[in-house]
Amino acid sequence: MIDGIIEKYRGKPGALIHALTEIQHENRWLPREIMQKVADALEVPFSQAMQIASFYKTFSLTPKGRHEVHVCTGMTCHLRGAAKLMAKLEEITGLKPGETDTQAKFTLEAGSCLGSCSIGPELIVDGKHYGRMTPERAADVLKQYE
Amino acid sequence: MPSLQTTAELEELREQIRAARDPSKPCIAVCGGAACDGLDSAAVAAAFAAEIAAQGVAAKVDFRITGCHGYCNKGPNVLVGPGDVCYFEVKPEDVPEVVASAAKGEVVDRLVYRDPATGEKAVHMSEVPFYKHQMRILIGDIPRIDPTRIADYLAVGGYSALAKALSQMTSDQVLQEVKKANLRGRGGGGFPAGLKWETTKNAPEKTKYVIVNGHEGESGAFMDRAMLTGNPHRVLEGLIIGAYAIGAQQGYIYTRHDSPSMARHITAALEQAKELGLLGKNILGSGFDFDVELHFDVGIFVSGESSALMRSIEGNTPEPRPKYIRTSVSGIWDKPSNLNNVETWANVPEIINRGADWFTSIGSEKSKGTKLVSLSGHVVNSGVVEVPMGTPLRTIVFDIGGGVPEGRAPKAIHFGGAMGGSIPISMIDAPLDFDGMAKLGAPIGAGGLLVMDEDTDMIEMARYLLDFLVKESCGKCTPCREGMYQMLKILTNIIEGKGRKFDLERLADLTEVTSLGSLCALGKTSSDPLKSMLRYFKPEFEARIAAGSAAGSEAK
Amino acid sequence: MSDITLHIDGKEATVPAGTTVLKAAQKIGVSIPTLCHHPKLEDYGGCRLCLVEVESRGRTNYVVSCLYPAETGLVVRTRSEKVDKVRRLIIEELMARAPDAPELVRLAYEYGADRNRFEKEASFCVLCGLCVRYCAEVKQKHAVGFIENGHVREISFIPEIAAKECWDCQECFAICPTSYAQAAYFLTEALAFPGQRKKESAPIGVEGDRMANIPAVPITFVKRPPASERELAG
Repeated sequence: MIDGIIEKYRGKPGALIHALTEIQHENRWLPREIMQKVADALEVPFSQAMQIASFYKTFSLTPKGRHEVHVCTGMTCHLRGAAKLMAKLEEITGLKPGETDTQAKFTLEAGSCLGSCSIGPELIVDGKHYGRMTPERAADVLKQYE
Repeated sequence: MPSLQTTAELEELREQIRAARDPSKPCIAVCGGAACDGLDSAAVAAAFAAEIAAQGVAAKVDFRITGCHGYCNKGPNVLVGPGDVCYFEVKPEDVPEVVASAAKGEVVDRLVYRDPATGEKAVHMSEVPFYKHQMRILIGDIPRIDPTRIADYLAVGGYSALAKALSQMTSDQVLQEVKKANLRGRGGGGFPAGLKWETTKNAPEKTKYVIVNGHEGESGAFMDRAMLTGNPHRVLEGLIIGAYAIGAQQGYIYTRHDSPSMARHITAALEQAKELGLLGKNILGSGFDFDVELHFDVGIFVSGESSALMRSIEGNTPEPRPKYIRTSVSGIWDKPSNLNNVETWANVPEIINRGADWFTSIGSEKSKGTKLVSLSGHVVNSGVVEVPMGTPLRTIVFDIGGGVPEGRAPKAIHFGGAMGGSIPISMIDAPLDFDGMAKLGAPIGAGGLLVMDEDTDMIEMARYLLDFLVKESCGKCTPCREGMYQMLKILTNIIEGKGRKFDLERLADLTEVTSLGSLCALGKTSSDPLKSMLRYFKPEFEARIAAGSAAGSEAK
Repeated sequence: MSDITLHIDGKEATVPAGTTVLKAAQKIGVSIPTLCHHPKLEDYGGCRLCLVEVESRGRTNYVVSCLYPAETGLVVRTRSEKVDKVRRLIIEELMARAPDAPELVRLAYEYGADRNRFEKEASFCVLCGLCVRYCAEVKQKHAVGFIENGHVREISFIPEIAAKECWDCQECFAICPTSYAQAAYFLTEALAFPGQRKKESAPIGVEGDRMANIPAVPITFVKRPPASERELAG
């Protein structure tokens, strides 16, 4: 699959971000060996590939968990108590934003403004929105995920 | 549907579609916008589809899933026509009754709006206070169309402006009309769109690009996503008209990667427009060729800045370029590129259809037309709102927004997210516009209006906004990278009671230098929120610093 | 293309079209401080030290002279209250990272900057990008690059390339204003390929070697008292 993606963009340095996005989506992270292969195939310096991969936060240079737990930390959600919700999620998962647990089950992320400000604070797990979330209900939401 | 070769064929198709529709037929529209979706409107929509089949009334009741109706905190929203009956907080259990009553032209009383103070009912959209005070030129169509069906857009008059522009106006005439309308950029810059178009048009290079900036990174702004998800054709039509006026052959829609429904709707819109011949070669027989590509961001705020966005479309890191290299002259791959915000493009069709004079009759002296506002924060009614420029903020916060929940007092209003500013509630009679609000230190930015109540800690808000920007800085230039971080450290110290007397002096210097010396708008405006907090809420800072050093010396 | 005449600090300069204000100033002997500028490299506009005040068509702007193109009739002021303030703050911000960098020390003396004004940062790299750009543009080896963004940005040597190229070259060591580049190289070598540098050879000097051009600085250069004394003074 990954080789297919690399072949699709061979010789196209301008497609670096597209290639990395597809590989990230497919593989859930960007191992160094694959970064090297991408850099070689797309004819960009390895340092440039590393710069892009470390710059954009949707790319992960370390393995991510099966489930992405996202707490919106946009301005409205912040006003409505996102910090308390995040503190609760940190407590439940034992993670800080950006970290993944040792079972690779959850990755905790802080993200800003996913556009559902009216129902903040929001918890988004694997793309599913849980609006009007309170710290008390957060644990129950996570229990649904294996 | 076959490809349309002329504007006459387009009008014929429109007539056919309209003739096949009965305006008096009941229609149920379920909102699939971001907030309603988060409140599980998908389950409600599924229930409707099932119930209509179960009751066997598909021939008697139309059903569609639409984009954002606007009244986000009251979702799931359902609009029943004819008559625009608004139902709020609809649950799957309510669905059978709604279907049955719609078929009979009746109203389900318990689901309609009730005034929280008087209990008075408002059944129709025109009576509901939230909607009553708006002027919904841009978003009014959203509840009436299924964004994945181009026929719906044609039925409400879509692409008639494009037909008019291509068949009755030269590219210069289109450009002059937009200039005359004084359409100013809605993404935050407020720069006259017509002038930008003209610069791009006059640039010597033959290859030109037009871009829709749908990045919407501003915190608290969600109207662009509502527009792109709910009526992508409107934006697309504006883009095609603009490309015609400017002489561009290729367009890009650049938007966020994290909304699957928005991606689906834009993709469908592009496909269907192409199928009908509204994109591609020789559009409607005019000899004008134009194509559009959809690009996604990869999750970094600075890629919403126009020159950084163009680097991103090229496949490079989104590092912004200095503003004196104008992107209208040298943009994507150094070719003239005209970038405008979603809302700016969405205004173009009506300006062409109804004329610049109509547009300038709305709004205030220097800010014309309407403005989409994302109303949120400590406010009773929150959602996507559209009002004429010049509307007093009081109208938006109280008449539309319903004031602050639980009877608390409002303290401040914030515009422009992390690059805007706050004004105290004493200034609530200020009109919504570009220049006046900028003078007050709270430029409206993309239009995200945040209401903050009496318990809000303004120092913490300033710190929070800087924290956001610090993570988004690209890191190239010293004033932004180092200056913002030092400001953040000082504010954190103040909040933790470690503030010191010369902190305010250091903050003043840092805000001044970051504004003057930074490379791009992110750095230049990064200290604006803090500046406005210091301008209007300085006593809070001084008190906190004094309390901190008092506590500190007590500890000794 | 025709020549352009502009005014810099009251002096007239005539330069070919497309020349930057910085080059124009250098041509007529007006000195503007720089950090991330290097004659062999494309101008970067990152450090912002070369900021100047420009006036054209009645409007005053603050731009970096290393990138801003000279225009006919442009009036440039290389020193002013605002320009000096911006430079002073930039020096103070960079000295929070590298308080002992000789060029910063000299500039601090000239602009009255206080090396202790801001809380210290852990890394003494000032992120001028000279090493990254030199290796990419002049040596074309791309042995060192940037990673991350914002204030956590750093330079990073790629071990696979550095092991083959760096010991024989070392040219970026001499152009680094803080000596961080060589520190980063040695740390990378120690961690990733210890004992595998290619051959023993003396470091090679390079045109524009910064260390050779720094004048000796008097020891008592600090004009402002340290932060703690200012604090006591209220």
